[in-house]
Amino acid sequence: MEKFEKLQGVAAPMPLVNIDTDMIIPKVFLKSIARTGFGKNLFDEMRYNRDGTEIEDFVLNKPQYRNAEILVAGDNFGCGSSREHAPWAIADFGIKCVVSTSFADIFFNNCFKNGILPIVLPQEQVDVLMADAEKGENARMTVDLEAQEITTSDGDVIKFEVDAFKKHCLLEGLDDIGQTLQKQSSIQTYEEQMSQSRPWV
Amino acid sequence: MSPKTLYDKIWDAHVAHEAEDGTCLLYIDRHLVHEVTSPQAFEGLRMAGRKVHAPDKTIAVPDHNVPTTAGREDPAQMTAESRIQVEALDKNAREFGVHYYPVSDVRQGIVHIVGPENGWTLPGMTVVCGDSHTATHGAFGALAHGIGTSEVEHVLATQTLIQKKSKNMKVEITGKLKPGVTAKDITLAVIGETGTGGGTGYVIEYCGEAIRDLSMEGRMTVCNMAIEGGARAGLIAPDQTTFDYCNGRTHAPKGAQWEAALTWWKTLYTDEGAHFDKVVTLRGEDIEPVVTWGTSPEDVLPITGIVPAPEDFEGGKVEAARRSIEYMGLTPGQKLSDIEIDTVFIGSCTNGRIEDMRAVAEVVKGKKIKEGIRAMIVPGSGLVRAQAEEEGLAEIFEAAGFEWRLAGCSMCLAMNPDQLAENERCASTSNRNFEGRQGYKGRTHLVSPAMAAAAALTGKLTDVRELM
Repeated sequence: MEKFEKLQGVAAPMPLVNIDTDMIIPKVFLKSIARTGFGKNLFDEMRYNRDGTEIEDFVLNKPQYRNAEILVAGDNFGCGSSREHAPWAIADFGIKCVVSTSFADIFFNNCFKNGILPIVLPQEQVDVLMADAEKGENARMTVDLEAQEITTSDGDVIKFEVDAFKKHCLLEGLDDIGQTLQKQSSIQTYEEQMSQSRPWV
Repeated sequence: MSPKTLYDKIWDAHVAHEAEDGTCLLYIDRHLVHEVTSPQAFEGLRMAGRKVHAPDKTIAVPDHNVPTTAGREDPAQMTAESRIQVEALDKNAREFGVHYYPVSDVRQGIVHIVGPENGWTLPGMTVVCGDSHTATHGAFGALAHGIGTSEVEHVLATQTLIQKKSKNMKVEITGKLKPGVTAKDITLAVIGETGTGGGTGYVIEYCGEAIRDLSMEGRMTVCNMAIEGGARAGLIAPDQTTFDYCNGRTHAPKGAQWEAALTWWKTLYTDEGAHFDKVVTLRGEDIEPVVTWGTSPEDVLPITGIVPAPEDFEGGKVEAARRSIEYMGLTPGQKLSDIEIDTVFIGSCTNGRIEDMRAVAEVVKGKKIKEGIRAMIVPGSGLVRAQAEEEGLAEIFEAAGFEWRLAGCSMCLAMNPDQLAENERCASTSNRNFEGRQGYKGRTHLVSPAMAAAAALTGKLTDVRELM
């Protein structure tokens, strides 16, 4: 996984609440057996007409947001299915950070596995960032994971919380499986105990 | 020792390693696998030269892409992309040596119906699958939840997940349900109460007399939609109903091992005085047969209600409701029971079990569906289908005018040929009414199987109690 470097980029506003994973990547695009190439279909039904032409007023089709790297979103972002195709599509589009008042649990976890930083902030602070994002491409925000700070285009600094282990993995670009396999002896010990106490499993 | 919740007990029994910051390696007892979220995970193993750590605890079955019409062995019934995913699962299951039910096997079906039915899912287990509706298995008092594809690969490689513990939430349904009210109405009513984000960060334990009174099928319906309320998992403490369901199933323990298992399973309940971080209580008597009017599972109202107006809501929900009402082609103030439908879909991991089939048969027996309505019943597995045929239910369905299909996810998510057309309106027993979920611009109203059956007879959303 790529390391999460300090990010400076355009933030796109999507204030709609309950943006679900079917909106993020509709199921017709889940039929690939690869992990890449989903970016062009990110938010497909909101972004394109049935004939494939772009819907002009959708935020990521507006010239100032076409290269957005940050998304400021409404409450409960990523609810619904467990499809990792949702963060794959977000990452493939080029978005590396999503800010909201809350995220659905599975989506939240999936982000970290794909180098995306999901940030949870209180409503008032999301409102500040949403207003900043509304300013368009001149409003570049900075996300500093190491310092756990977002700096708005006006220079306001907003602190955020992140799980220490997940932060470490993002900063270092660490692969989970490799780390877990270092604890293989614990897994083996557990399995030996269980074969005695719960042999039916 | 301080009192523990059911979730605490199952969690504690599965921690294989705990780091200082509370990050745990949680051991996984059963890993269910389907064709949509697994190909990239198996490919990852292959590229790293890794094996499946515990193939005996891994069960694979194709369900999402599989057509549900006769002659589906013919590959021409699937799109090339669907076929590639189904064939990839077939190849991966055989190469990595996991348990596998191919399309041709009578036990094939929706992964969350296949697991319990064959005795893979048992009380006190940890169960995961690359599918959010894994919450279903919580009905057995198993800690069960969906995971992403990276985590599928992690479980395949290590049989563990890196997890931090969630908080405890209790959802109590007191008293008795009124006639015509079912498990589906309970689970929708709870989401209507808590919202789709109300369970975020929690594992829910459902309890109370109305939950105890449910069959295993009904309990699975309730837990299935825990995820729609945002919870990591839903749980119901195992009891005699659970043990009776498990006893004798193919992969359930037998003899002395059954007795040993039973002894442990009987300790799986929340201790008196255990702490819950959040509690929601509903009176069973207050729950009505419900329908959804919008495009979020929290958009729930009794069938006797009216379509709300955006101004009835607050904050971000005003815009979301405006968008939903427009998408659904409805008018605020319209009676829900006046909404005419085009299609009825009965099936899915929420309501594709034998008891759901029986509930439909009870409503439609000796009657005909409304002319012009497309109505299909899709059993959740080949075994459900066989049992429904043995009980004479299939004949009732066909005489009433329903299509009686083969097992699969079907129109619940329309990754297969079963889809809604643009603006087609469906009374559906599935779990999600999201925009485009059942087909591009399709309109979904979530209901119980009995309510779906009633809608098929009248051609509009209908209070099933009027037909009883």
